[in-house]
Formats: sequence, structure tokens, C-alpha cells
Amino acid sequence: MFTGFFYEMRGRGIPVTPTEWLTLMRALSLGLAFSDLVRFYHLARAVCVKSETLYDAFDQAWLAVFQGVEAPVEIQEAVWKWLKNPVLPGPVAPDDLRLLKAMDLERLRREFQQRLASQTERHDGGSHWIGTGGTSPFGHGGYRPGGLRVGGHAGGGMAAQIAARRAFANYRSDRVLDTRQIGVALKKLRRFAREGNRSEVDMDGTIQATARQGGEITVVERPERTSNLKVFLLMDAGGSMTSYATRVGRLFSAASRASHFKDFKAFYFHNCVYEYVFRDISRWDAVGVEELLRSMDSSYRLILVGDACMAPTELMARWGAIYYHHRNERTGLDWLELLGEHFERSVWLNPMPLRFWAHPTVERIANMFPMFELTLDGLEQAIQLLGGRRVEPTQIPQHSGVGHGPRGPRYP
Amino acid sequence: MRDFNFFRGTEDYIASPALCDAVNVAVALGRPLLVKGEPGTGKTLLAHAIARGLDMPLITWHVKSTTRAVDGLYVYDAVARLHDSRFNDRDVRDIRQYITMGPLGRALTAPERTVLLIDEIDKADLEFPNDLLRELDEMAFHVPETGETHRARQRPVAVITSNNEKELPNAFLRRCVFHFIAFPDDALMRRIIRVHHPELPERLARQCLARFYHLRKVSGLRKQPSTSELIDWIAALLAGGVDESVLRNELPFLGTLIKHEADMERALRAVHSRL
Repeated sequence: MFTGFFYEMRGRGIPVTPTEWLTLMRALSLGLAFSDLVRFYHLARAVCVKSETLYDAFDQAWLAVFQGVEAPVEIQEAVWKWLKNPVLPGPVAPDDLRLLKAMDLERLRREFQQRLASQTERHDGGSHWIGTGGTSPFGHGGYRPGGLRVGGHAGGGMAAQIAARRAFANYRSDRVLDTRQIGVALKKLRRFAREGNRSEVDMDGTIQATARQGGEITVVERPERTSNLKVFLLMDAGGSMTSYATRVGRLFSAASRASHFKDFKAFYFHNCVYEYVFRDISRWDAVGVEELLRSMDSSYRLILVGDACMAPTELMARWGAIYYHHRNERTGLDWLELLGEHFERSVWLNPMPLRFWAHPTVERIANMFPMFELTLDGLEQAIQLLGGRRVEPTQIPQHSGVGHGPRGPRYP
Repeated sequence: MRDFNFFRGTEDYIASPALCDAVNVAVALGRPLLVKGEPGTGKTLLAHAIARGLDMPLITWHVKSTTRAVDGLYVYDAVARLHDSRFNDRDVRDIRQYITMGPLGRALTAPERTVLLIDEIDKADLEFPNDLLRELDEMAFHVPETGETHRARQRPVAVITSNNEKELPNAFLRRCVFHFIAFPDDALMRRIIRVHHPELPERLARQCLARFYHLRKVSGLRKQPSTSELIDWIAALLAGGVDESVLRNELPFLGTLIKHEADMERALRAVHSRL
């Protein structure tokens, strides 16, 4: 039943599964849709769509499949009177049913409009006019194949109209945010420890202590087990990062929602870190790097995110910062070294695909920070490294043959 | 299909037809209903309304960041048992008296059909929804301490709310019926206000709504005022005896609508630019 609709939904990126489809079929067989298209629309949406961001895709799939069911004809008051108190037709033999010629929807509509225009009175039991109890394709309820039903509650057109309104277009997010995957990966960063108030009964300890006291009950308490991991995220918000904004945004939202970090600080920089980093992406709210480092001990895990691609002067030269009026006394390289030395463990996540990494500044930075691709794999490796395991940083391919110009000289 | 009452909202909870249909399908299929929507659109109240509308007892479970799935089923008080064994207060061989059912456990062991509200499921740990999968699927759970398995006589109507702080796992979503409560439009909002403040004069209501929707359109607000805040605001206006002539020139009790200092400045600027 309606499997076309199922594939239409899947084709539009709604991850409907056969389980959900069968659930919908069960709901229909329970009669929950009351043969009412609006009800069916609500039902299908509630069972098949699990996020408001997909409501709009659902509306479009609905329109694609059910739009033909629309009956946009204005029915006048008089016509309703002809159809009041319908004479119920007797059951129609299957053979007779076949004799009634089914018309296509276009023709049906045209004919309906014509008859609507020329009909002047009530008809019951006939075969041509709009009426009740007859065999004309136009009438009040009935079994006529390829017929047009006038009346009953709600009417077939409503659901298509609701869908056509596409009220949920605003909630649409074409990038399906898979922050959950990133969240699950980040979870591996947890380091559990028992610190702080003793708020939990240590059952093993209590039993042991009680036994040692010869049955005298001795309750032993201990602090709750919580993660004490602190994370410092520094993200490049420079122009060349625009194309990676989605992925970096996902990482940020997953990390900021993660409840298992004891502390989470996130700041932005532009191309390279100099004396200031910024609280906001538009880089108005500046914080001095040295001041920031004073407030953080070395146990913070530093995660730098950036393409590490810049003009070599931006990284290696005094006054090299991209803003002309920004006169940085220490080179970007110095600042990065300062960061790398301050923290016990740090990684650099690069959203740029590996094949573009053969670039002088990328190579230089990859020498300072273990660099990984910002993919799920790269992230997992980076997290293992932050967690204290030995992981080989990603190797930069030597012959990439990509147009970043000739490889620059190696600076000291 | 006539064996249960259909939910159509209650006297003081106006539900859209789409929401009623979602509730009814969840009730009929015995699947959990997952409700999302802006804060203040009545997600939590929905469970209360279903309980009242279908005449079932309501059991609530407020989820916190530290909540674990097992807490919802039952808690075994080993210390009390240890204590009793020493003073011979109770017969410690009967473990059952040291087991306290959690909200989910109570819903699954209740003699009649209940409404179970799992409020703000996204507050808990990432794995929390996954840990509930089996219990919500089979509506049964096992207590190893007593060796008993409890199976719900009638599948509870589970209403789960989420504020979208965390993504929920697909396996969990697949088992739910989902509804997103969209922000009410003008007509629905009028009905909602009528229900909460029947004494509110029509012209004042119109004025309030106009100001309210204007405020919601102010760009850059950190938190837009919601339905529940509108209802509070009108209550304050009525209590303060404010009439429409005042409302035309200023917005009294703005603090009931706007909750951030920065928002307050923006809102005031927008209000004055319009006056």
C-alpha cells in the first residue's frame, strides 16, 4: 500500500525504515486514519518523521504523491442541497462495476465542472448528473471506480493543501546535523575520577570495613565518579575556513553540548593565533592569549581546528598578521609554540582533505601539533591521542600535485 | 477501534488536530510519543492533559544530567537491609521490601493503564535513551535481586519531551511517534488565551497579541517570549488593571516576557521605535 510514498520519502532524505512503515500500516489497519486524508497526513508524519527539520521534506514528498488527489473545485451551496440525505445505492455487482468506465483525473474534473455548470436540480439514482444513489462518477460517497466524491467530512483536498502551505520550510536544515556521531566520539575523551564531596555509598568498601569490624556496620562513603576532563577548543574563523563551516560548526555544537567535560572553553582566531583570541566568531570580543593561559593549567586538552593554510609570512614574520594594522611583535609561530608548550596534550584537526596538505604552513604546523583530518576517523584518532594512547599523526603526502604553487622554502 | 477514548485536548489544554492525531496513534499503538518544540509551548503540560483527558493516573519522571536509566526502574536499598540485619527490625530475607520502584517501574507495575511523562530526556547522558530501549519496547523489566520480571498489564502511554539539547539515537527514534509542537498561530493563540483568561476583554486581547507577536519578531532576541510567558503577562496585566490605552503607549510588566538583560534593551528599543 502506497509504497511509492515510502520511496518518495526516502528519496527526499527522510530516513524511514520498514519498521516505521509497518507501524504506519498497522495504524491504518486499526482504522486510525478514518479514511480521512488529513488524518492520514498527520498519522504518516507522526510515525515516519522524527525531526522537525524533515517536516518540509515530508510535505514535499506528500505533494509529489498525493497532489493529484486535490479537489480544488468550489462547491456551491445548492449542490450540497442536492446531496443532502443521500439515497444509498445498493451493492454493485463486480461485473457491473467493471462496466462503469473509469476516467482519468483530468477528464473527470473537466466533466465535473461542466455538469456543475449545467445542472439545476437534485438527482437521485441516475447515471449522469451529480447526485446520490446513482452510477454517475460524481456523487456523495459510493463505490464508483474513478469517481469524484463530493462531501463527507474534511474532503480529500485538505491534506494536500496543508502540505502545500509548507509551513515547516523554516525548520529545514539541509545539512543533516550528525552531531551525535561526533558527540559519541568525544565521549571517549572522558577521564573518570572521584573528587570532591563524599556523596555516594561505597558498597564494597562498606562490606569490607564491616567485616573488619566484626559485623559492626561501618558505612564507607566516597565522592561520585565524574569526568574531570577539561577541553580548550580553538577554531579558525578565517575566510578560507568558510567552506568547512558546517563541519566545524558540528564539532563545536557537539563539544559544547557534551556534558561530560568538567570545563569547556571555545575561542576563535583568524588564520593564525597571535596575542589575542576571540570569544565570538565575528572577532569583536578579544581575550589576551597570555591572560587566558594563566587561567588554564596544563591539564586542559587543546584542540586546534583550522586549515593551517596561510601565506608563510602570516606564520613566520613579525607584523605578518593578515590585518594590515595589526602589528604582531611575535610571530604566529611563536604564539603557536607557546600554546603547544603550555598544554600537556594537544592536537590540530584540519578540515581540509589530506591531499591538499602539501603546503608550507600546513607542514610547518603539522611538525608542532599532531595533525588529523576533521573526519570521524581523524577525530577518533585525535581523541585517542588526547586520551594518552600512542597514535601516529597523519602523514602528509609528499607528491600531491595540487595547485598551491611551488613549495615554499623551509624556514627555521 | 472503539476500545479507548480519543484524545481531543481538554478544557484548558487546546491541542491542534495534528497533535491530537499523534497522541491517538501513540495511545493506540502503545508506542512512546516524543514531543519537541520551543520552550513554553506546552510539552510537559501535554502529558498532564492526556492523563486528564483519558482519565489515567500520571507518573512523572524528571530527567537530570546525572539520571541513569536504572534509576527509573527501581532502587535497591542495600544499606537499609544491612542495617536491619543488625537490629532485626524486619525480616531481611524478603528483599522485596528494600526495593523502591522508580517512575518507570511504577508505570510498568501499575494495575491500570498510566500516562508516564519522561521530561527533558535530552538532559541526560548520550546513552540514556539507548538504555531505555528494551524497557520501552517490551514494557517489561527484570529485577535480578528478587529474580522477578515485571511486565506491564497495559502498555503505559509514554510521553517523552526533548528540548533538542542532544540528538537522540536513531534506534530510539524509530520506536517513537514524533510530534513537533509548532508555535501557535494567531487564531490558535486566541483560543488558548480565551481558555486561560476568559475574563479578558476582546479588544485588549487583540492588542496584547499584536504586541506579543511584534516582540517575537524583534531580531536577535536570545530567548523569544513563549505561550506560557504570554499567559503570565496577561495575568499580570489583568491583576495590575492595565487597560488598552496604557498598552498603546508602553509595555508594562515586560519582565514577564523578556528574561535576558540584553534582550530587554533590544525589546525596549523596538517598542519605542514603533510608538
